[in-house]
Amino acid sequence: MIPPSFDYHAPDTLEEASRLLLANPEAKLLAGGHSLIPMMRFRLAEPAALVDLRRIPGLSGIREEGGSLCIGAMTCESALEKSDLVQSRYPLLADTTRVIADPVVRNLATVGGNVAHADPGNDHPATMLAYRASFVASGPSGRRTIAASDFFTGPFSTCLEEGEILTEIRIPEAGPGSGGAYQKFERKVGDYAVAAVAVQLQLDGGRVAGAGVALTNVGLTAIQAGAAEAALVGSDGGDAALDAAAEAAAAAADPADDHRGSADYKRAVVRVLTHRAASSALARAREAS
Amino acid sequence: MAECRGLGHSVQRKEDARFIRGQGRYIDDVKLPGMLYLDIARSPYAHAKITRIHEETAMAVDGVAAVITGKTLEGFKLAWMPTLMSDQQMVLPVDTVKYQAQEVAAIVATSRYAAADGAAALEVDYDPLPVVVDPHEALKPGATKVRDDKDSNHIFHWEHGDADGTEAALAGCDTVVEQKMHLPRIHVASIETCGCVASWNPVEGHLTLYLTTQAPHAIRTVVALVTAHLGLAEHKIRVISPDIGGGFGGKVPVYPGYVLATAASVVTGKPVKWIEDRSENLQADSFARDYHITAKLGSKKGKVTALKLDTVADHGYSDAAANPSKFPAGLYHIATGSYDLANAHVSVDGVYTNKPPGGIAYRCSFRVTEAVHAIERMVDLLARENGEDPADFRLRNFIKPEQFPYQSALGWEYDSGNYGAALEKAMDMIGYQDLRAEQAEKRARGELMGIGISSFTEIVGAGPSKTFDILGIKMFDSAEIRIHPTGKAIARFGTKSQGQGHETTYAQIIAEELGIPPEDIQVEEGDTDTAPYGLGTYASRSTPTAGAAASIASRKIREKGRKIAAHLLEADEADLVWEQGKFYVKGSPDRAKTIQDIAFAAYTNHPQGLEAGLEAISYYDPPNLTFPFGSYICCVDIDRGTGQVKIRRFVAVDDCGVRINPMIVDGQIHGGLTMGIAPALLEEISYDADGNITGGNFMEYLVPTAMETPHWELGETVTPSPHHPIGAKGVGESATVGAPPAVVNAVVDALWHLGVRHMEIPMTPARVWDVLNEHGAAATR
Ligand SMILES: Cc1cc2nc3c(=O)[nH]c(=O)nc-3n(C[C@H](O)[C@H](O)[C@H](O)COP(=O)(O)OP(=O)(O)OC[C@H]3O[C@@H](n4cnc5c(N)ncnc54)[C@H](O)[C@@H]3O)c2cc1C
Repeated sequence: MIPPSFDYHAPDTLEEASRLLLANPEAKLLAGGHSLIPMMRFRLAEPAALVDLRRIPGLSGIREEGGSLCIGAMTCESALEKSDLVQSRYPLLADTTRVIADPVVRNLATVGGNVAHADPGNDHPATMLAYRASFVASGPSGRRTIAASDFFTGPFSTCLEEGEILTEIRIPEAGPGSGGAYQKFERKVGDYAVAAVAVQLQLDGGRVAGAGVALTNVGLTAIQAGAAEAALVGSDGGDAALDAAAEAAAAAADPADDHRGSADYKRAVVRVLTHRAASSALARAREAS
Repeated sequence: MAECRGLGHSVQRKEDARFIRGQGRYIDDVKLPGMLYLDIARSPYAHAKITRIHEETAMAVDGVAAVITGKTLEGFKLAWMPTLMSDQQMVLPVDTVKYQAQEVAAIVATSRYAAADGAAALEVDYDPLPVVVDPHEALKPGATKVRDDKDSNHIFHWEHGDADGTEAALAGCDTVVEQKMHLPRIHVASIETCGCVASWNPVEGHLTLYLTTQAPHAIRTVVALVTAHLGLAEHKIRVISPDIGGGFGGKVPVYPGYVLATAASVVTGKPVKWIEDRSENLQADSFARDYHITAKLGSKKGKVTALKLDTVADHGYSDAAANPSKFPAGLYHIATGSYDLANAHVSVDGVYTNKPPGGIAYRCSFRVTEAVHAIERMVDLLARENGEDPADFRLRNFIKPEQFPYQSALGWEYDSGNYGAALEKAMDMIGYQDLRAEQAEKRARGELMGIGISSFTEIVGAGPSKTFDILGIKMFDSAEIRIHPTGKAIARFGTKSQGQGHETTYAQIIAEELGIPPEDIQVEEGDTDTAPYGLGTYASRSTPTAGAAASIASRKIREKGRKIAAHLLEADEADLVWEQGKFYVKGSPDRAKTIQDIAFAAYTNHPQGLEAGLEAISYYDPPNLTFPFGSYICCVDIDRGTGQVKIRRFVAVDDCGVRINPMIVDGQIHGGLTMGIAPALLEEISYDADGNITGGNFMEYLVPTAMETPHWELGETVTPSPHHPIGAKGVGESATVGAPPAVVNAVVDALWHLGVRHMEIPMTPARVWDVLNEHGAAATR
């Protein structure tokens, strides 16, 4: 569990960080280090250099601005846990951060790192899909905004280009009648999900006007379950709609057999969790109406 | 006089001052001048011929000083080493590897990093060979042979009890239940991994070994025996076992890394440190359990009558179990448990497979966990088959208090017990009848709730020299106490604490016997140059053996103290009365001399004809083992959607005889229960068909955290051991041994009405859901 040697850089600006990345094709960005460093210790990742983002100002913080909840990429999970804004208005995000790893990891692990690492077992990607979030990236050719649905291209891979750095995550601002929930089933605390389901709902006059449903760790990337969303939209959120959504989510899952269980089992868990997450999201959305 | 706080006081642990301040001194804290570091390159294959080791690939790494291979060791006749079970084990392979993660070569370097880089850089050519993973397959004719030096994969057949009588008794039963069960491979996963620093002094021909070992003295003797041909002798070997971050049986065996570091130190003339990493610890160190049991239990008119256990024991590629030498299956024949039954027979067949060697006792007195699991599962099944509540069935079939000392059908003499009292207390604490009523209501609503009992009897404190030895060395243990002139004391022991709190409990035993407060007694263990010889700490043996020795040595000191007191008081010895901490003259309690007065006189004014000084030593050979027991009741709720088992309540009533330090006893039980629910629900090291380890890191080997651990509700009964000087029994392992079947019985109880009769462990959510699904009971919400 001893990593091979590597160079270490701690630039002060995004431009400098991008330059270092371009100059060292074998370099990797370092955020909280809680995905990258374990991989280095197992020698599954052997970057020649690390470019630490910690000294670059302005990359962390949580605020509402321009119709979005803006989260700096270097914001750590515990900051989300301690944010009144997140806790009071973004229950799906609040649920998600609480079930990531354990408090010790959450003190260091960053939201940006969680998204950029694109581990199908990471919890934020599904949540971001359900929220219809977008990601701001800064790179050699400037700044761009990427929809969450375009961001995850495969296991551990994203559409970020060489030298590009994720700087901010934007979630549509919570309004009246919105509510969400994250249901994760894990074998023990700190485990990656057997399966998890993110549901974000928008109610309008007692009916579901908008729905986001996405799944964690039951495919090569987080999966947006469009058919499950469709089953909810237009419904009154009754049990029939929830059952239909749960069935559709289970069908959208594409799990593999492993230590956490068989594919059949994981699909069944997705079904159960979708129902539970949707019920809880509905209750919260009604409360916020 | 200060209160002496002997038995029964929850004295704060003396050792905690350093542990909670980060001042413990563990093996990795040992840093010697000029020290080199050793890392180990390991096999990716479970069975393969090594065609070539390209040593130059590791030597090319900056800082690498030496590469040691099996061929190097062969030159010193060190490529093989004996196991405690008289089998042998490779230190490094000369031509074939036998399990994944097996040591292939050692890399010695000037830094820990260079050693790791060297191990990663080492190229080795292998020709993979066929693999046998399943012990049942390994026993079939024509199976891939694991050991080139043996005729087959069958290591041993061991049986105990009356085979014919048991068959006949079973045939005469009106009710017989039969069940197969597997206790899978698990690992102690202690916080500190194994390691050592070997320091060879070529000028003095002296070897110091700092070692994470639970048995420093035995290790010194073993090292002396296996290196005698190299000119090492026992007086030139010093083993120092510093603070240990958890042993649980995993630090009893000798691991190849220890031998490699020693060889490397001899070769380089420098101290060499080897510290195992977390994955190596889980993947290559001794495992526990891996018993495949076929059990039969029969009753006649509701009375348990006969037990039969047939067992296949998977030992991996070598029988490296850590049992007393005459017991290839440990104390598995405690399997008749808490029940009065006249006929029993157990058999075990040991088998080689392409897996790491072992069979150590994971927080258990040699296969007692396996035995308890079998009997407690079977008694539950038999109770149901008799149409009786498992609690009532147990209460009726227990050995009764008046039957002690009790001769078990498998030859043990149980020292003392009151099993009914413990179970009734547990039922009271948990509100057994109310829970049964709640369960009935829940069941009617389709909710799954279960209640499980385990009424275990343990056998600990090995052991009487008549039958207990390790490689011929009798399993006594020792205490040496010296009282200083000012009435303070130092006491040294042949055991070695790994978190059990010996520095406190031993001091309390001496305090009880001599009236010297525990804080005035320095307790030391683990240095073979200073401590008296003993066999170490495992199998809950420290209190039954070394703890008894502390009492006996104290009493010897007291007897000498009586002579000194008589001299000081100018009274007749026979007229002196001992009251904790002082002698006084019968009838005049004012004419007294305290133990401190006596100690001072022992050095300043000792009677003529008596030697000066006040010290004593005892090598205690226990007349019998001790038999702690208890009853645990576990209540679970099962999520029909996910298959998750949640322990709602867990009541543990333990009887370990007289309690020395109740807080430490509770701590041992808390930890033991946590380690007991772990294999029931979470932990397993498994292998795929190619012998690849799955579950070889903490992502897959699921050690419970505080979040998975329920609130423990503890109770006690006290039935002293009649043969132990202070009536104490061991308690370090009761909970690990007793807890798993309580959880299994609870889950089976929750599912009984669906037709479920057994659950294998670990009862993971996926496994439970499969069963629910099979029985049409899985929920979709
Ligand atoms: C014991 C343990 C349990 C865990 N359990 C969970 C869990 O249950 N659920 C879960 O979701 N996660 C879990 N994690 C992962 C944890 O949340 C990670 O820390 C997180 O996935 C990555 O965040 P980080 O800040 O640590 O990123 P790092 O490890 O520093 O980086 C991860 C990857 O992302 C890249 N990267 C980081 N930041 C940026 C950026 N701004 N722009 C572009 N690329 C970037 C890095 O180059 C690297 O490749 C666990 C981790 C541990 C150690």
